[in-house]
Amino acid sequence: MDLVRDTLAGGQLAGARLIRLLDDEDERGVAALRELYPHTGRAFVIGITGPPGAGKSSLVDCLIAELRGRDTTVAVLAIDPSSPFSGGAILGDRVRMQRHALDDGVFVRSMATRGQLGGLSRSTFEASMVLDAMGYQVIIVETVGVGQDELEVVELAHSTAVVSIPGMGDDVQAMKAGIMEIGNILVINKADKEGADRLEQQLLTMLHLRDYPQGSWLPPLVKTSALNQEGAAELVDSFYAHRQWQIDNDCLESKVVARELHFFQELVRDMASRRMLRRVGDSDAYRQLVSDLAARRVDPYTAAERLVAQSGL
Amino acid sequence: MARKTRVLLGKMGLDCHTIGVTVLAQALRDAGMEVIYSGLKQTADMIVRTAIQEDVDVVGISSLSGGHMRYLPEVVEGLRAAGAEDKLVICGGVIPERDAVKLKALGVDEVFTMGAETAHIARYINGKMDERPAA
Repeated sequence: MDLVRDTLAGGQLAGARLIRLLDDEDERGVAALRELYPHTGRAFVIGITGPPGAGKSSLVDCLIAELRGRDTTVAVLAIDPSSPFSGGAILGDRVRMQRHALDDGVFVRSMATRGQLGGLSRSTFEASMVLDAMGYQVIIVETVGVGQDELEVVELAHSTAVVSIPGMGDDVQAMKAGIMEIGNILVINKADKEGADRLEQQLLTMLHLRDYPQGSWLPPLVKTSALNQEGAAELVDSFYAHRQWQIDNDCLESKVVARELHFFQELVRDMASRRMLRRVGDSDAYRQLVSDLAARRVDPYTAAERLVAQSGL
Repeated sequence: MARKTRVLLGKMGLDCHTIGVTVLAQALRDAGMEVIYSGLKQTADMIVRTAIQEDVDVVGISSLSGGHMRYLPEVVEGLRAAGAEDKLVICGGVIPERDAVKLKALGVDEVFTMGAETAHIARYINGKMDERPAA
């Protein structure tokens, strides 16, 4: 198997293996990604986030069906949590997407967070590049079930939908900062359930109370029912409308730059701290610093300052 | 980071007895593995596709209503045809000894029958993963 060539040709064996290598931090993965990078940047990356049990996976299933009906190829990255104790995980998102299992234009990959906070897994960004290089036109990133503040998906996706469901709290919840602010599209899923209209009013009120600068994107509210297969067409339309708005307002380019910058900065941070610790982490001075910290002889700010200075930065 | 063991667990055909497979899924999770659960009513094609897309190390089929002789050979053959024969194929459930012998001859790596302990299955998988070439 030639990882690079086969991935570029859309080969599922190669693409899947490459995602695996990247997830396992195997350097062969990075080597392949270096070559693939020029071939990425074509896919439309969509984020789906919301609390556990909001129906994200079922909604993704509806989105796949809708996109396939429009002759668009789709890849999905579905993130579920790793156990903080064993490091293991149960990844069950694709259970909801089984009807697409034999469709050549669909690729579903489950990923475990592996300790990463923020709603994505450690290598979701890299995996999205692989799927992009494989040629999938739309990549749907489904976050873990999030609370109020896991916003990492916004950095990765060009357009993000926040999924709410009836019965999760009153209008104060809707007003809070964090997750409710990030949606380019607000989705009310399980709209067949009691309370959906009230939630709609709460979200509309929240949107009206916000101070949007002139000419900015106003997040549309889309009601969906994955159960009754309703609302997927409108949701897909909303994603494309947001993309078109980004293009028309010269925002897409800056979004793309911000995206790459985010990944790049994370990489630099990671690389720099690893190298620094490799250089000084095994020294007596480092061990002294740690014991001084524990004994409260030095404060963490001073200690960090000394460590960084020691490594020559 | 060390290579993480990924396991696909599924049930095929109309077999809907899920307790065993969910107990095993949790046990393997607690043993530090990433378990992808396919859900019910899988065909061999679906299992093969999923195994490839998820790049699992192990494909585990739970069978409690007598479909094993029909489905397991299809899975083994399907993986081979797709170029994914590197995956370990195991099955468990209500499987008579004489069928277990046949299944192993057909390319199933191991058969766990009633009473098999989850810890034993986890140890078996870990042992097989340790034998793997460092690729």
